[in-house]
Amino acid sequence: MFRKLHDPGAQTVTIFIDGRPVPAELGESVAAVLLRQPEAWCRTTPISESPRAPYCMMGVCFECLVEVDGLASVQGCLTPVRNGMRVARQQGPRSLSA
Amino acid sequence: MRPDIIVIGGGTVGAAIAYGLAKQRQQVLLLDGDDGDFRAARANFGLVWLQGKGLGMPAYQVLTRDSIALWRGFTNEIEAETKIDLAYEQNGGLAFCLGEEGFEKRRHDLMRLHNQRGERAPDWAMLDRSALERLLPKVALGPNVTGASFGRHDGHANPLRLLAALHEALLRHGGGIRHRARVERIEPVGRDFRLILDGETLVAPRIVIAAGLGSPALARQVGLVVPLRPERGQVLVTERLEPFLPLPASGLRQTGEGTVMIGATKDNPGFDVSTTAEAAAGLSRKTIEIVPALAQVRLVRQWAGLRIMTPDGHPIYAQSQSHPGAFVALCHSGVTLAAFHAETLAGAIAAGGLPENLSPFHQRRFDVPQAA
Ligand SMILES: Cc1cc2nc3c(=O)[nH]c(=O)nc-3n(C[C@H](O)[C@H](O)[C@H](O)COP(=O)(O)OP(=O)(O)OC[C@H]3O[C@@H](n4cnc5c(N)ncnc54)[C@H](O)[C@@H]3O)c2cc1C
Ligand code: FES
Repeated sequence: MFRKLHDPGAQTVTIFIDGRPVPAELGESVAAVLLRQPEAWCRTTPISESPRAPYCMMGVCFECLVEVDGLASVQGCLTPVRNGMRVARQQGPRSLSA
Repeated sequence: MRPDIIVIGGGTVGAAIAYGLAKQRQQVLLLDGDDGDFRAARANFGLVWLQGKGLGMPAYQVLTRDSIALWRGFTNEIEAETKIDLAYEQNGGLAFCLGEEGFEKRRHDLMRLHNQRGERAPDWAMLDRSALERLLPKVALGPNVTGASFGRHDGHANPLRLLAALHEALLRHGGGIRHRARVERIEPVGRDFRLILDGETLVAPRIVIAAGLGSPALARQVGLVVPLRPERGQVLVTERLEPFLPLPASGLRQTGEGTVMIGATKDNPGFDVSTTAEAAAGLSRKTIEIVPALAQVRLVRQWAGLRIMTPDGHPIYAQSQSHPGAFVALCHSGVTLAAFHAETLAGAIAAGGLPENLSPFHQRRFDVPQAA
């Protein structure tokens, strides 16, 4: 149920945020990696298009939506990183064809 | 202050009538129940809809048409009064057809309905697939879509904003609203009605029972037997998307905020508002058949509500014969009929009686003993 803040045997992997390689550790969430980036926002809202960043980190606020491996509006805080994962920040409302 | 009239039930129907009465300079008090009640007004789909309605009951077709004719003016007035945007659009509406049989069946059904009255040119048209594609340039239709019926008068609005605006407008016209004010009993005393609430009694010379599924128990006490059954409807909502669907369809509409509403199912589990995986799967499957790209979109919510159904599916508007001054108003298209309730029906109630053209909606149509 509880986990250490830092798993000692954590392995380093690479994920891609908007195409840029970023180091991450297995066991951490996409939202955690995003928060360490110089630009911490993960999406802009569909109506006012203001930028949003992960907030609650526990799956309830839905601020952390990102595109993961082509699937949009994934909750970044509930998604553990995988080596080679492609994360994209979302801008405004999604278009249906995307 | 002693009210001239008390409206029981603060859903879309009761609130529209109460607002209309307040505009007629009546002292109105609106009493509403609590969140434990079944509340269709908070579960519905938001269509303001004519096409396909009224088979077997021409008066219902006329009523719906009349209400829609009032909707634009009603919207303008209430928006000006409350500054609440109802998001009402009336650019026509669609019913998608699957397969050649689906297309022919739809044409046949609408023709039958048209011939029931038949005096005017149809206010709908059958669109074949290529006409439909021209109308929906951003939609890649599924292979099985053969076309759609297009109803010129159809439209949609935000039903929650409508409800909020009706409450707000009622207050602005000097009416009162009491929440968590469940009427437990009605006692006729002389020409008045005494309403017994938890720990409190209110008196008024006239009452309107518009308490949705809570109505039969109340109406019985003033001599009106109103047969009702709950019909469950389930709705799905997607995440917000860029506008792609310029017109609402029965069962599929994109709101002003970008979400897509999908629904609603129909079944009869009694007083049960649970959602089912079966409904979610069925609605999703049907939707993807029409717009395959929606398969990639996230659902964010599913809910169920109970429609307020009479045996023939048509509204009940009646004044009690044994207890004049007591009215009942029930229907399952309270959004579509909101303009009629606020303008025409409230006007008639304020004047003291329902006009002859509403007699087909009297509850007595269900009193006739059924032939064996
Ligand atoms: C899934 C679904 C989809 C729908 N889609 C559409 C649509 O697209 N277009 C359309 O026009 N209509 C639609 N409807 C129907 C529409 O929602 C209803 O016709 C309308 O909301 C009915 O409103 P109402 O005020 O009669 O009932 P309700 O909203 O049920 O309100 C009744 C109120 O009475 C109160 N009450 C009950 N008992 C008492 C009591 N004893 N004392 C005091 N208060 C009491 C309750 O608290 C409640 O607030 C839909 C309904 C459903 C369920
Ligand atoms: S940060 Fe709140 S749901 Fe992910």
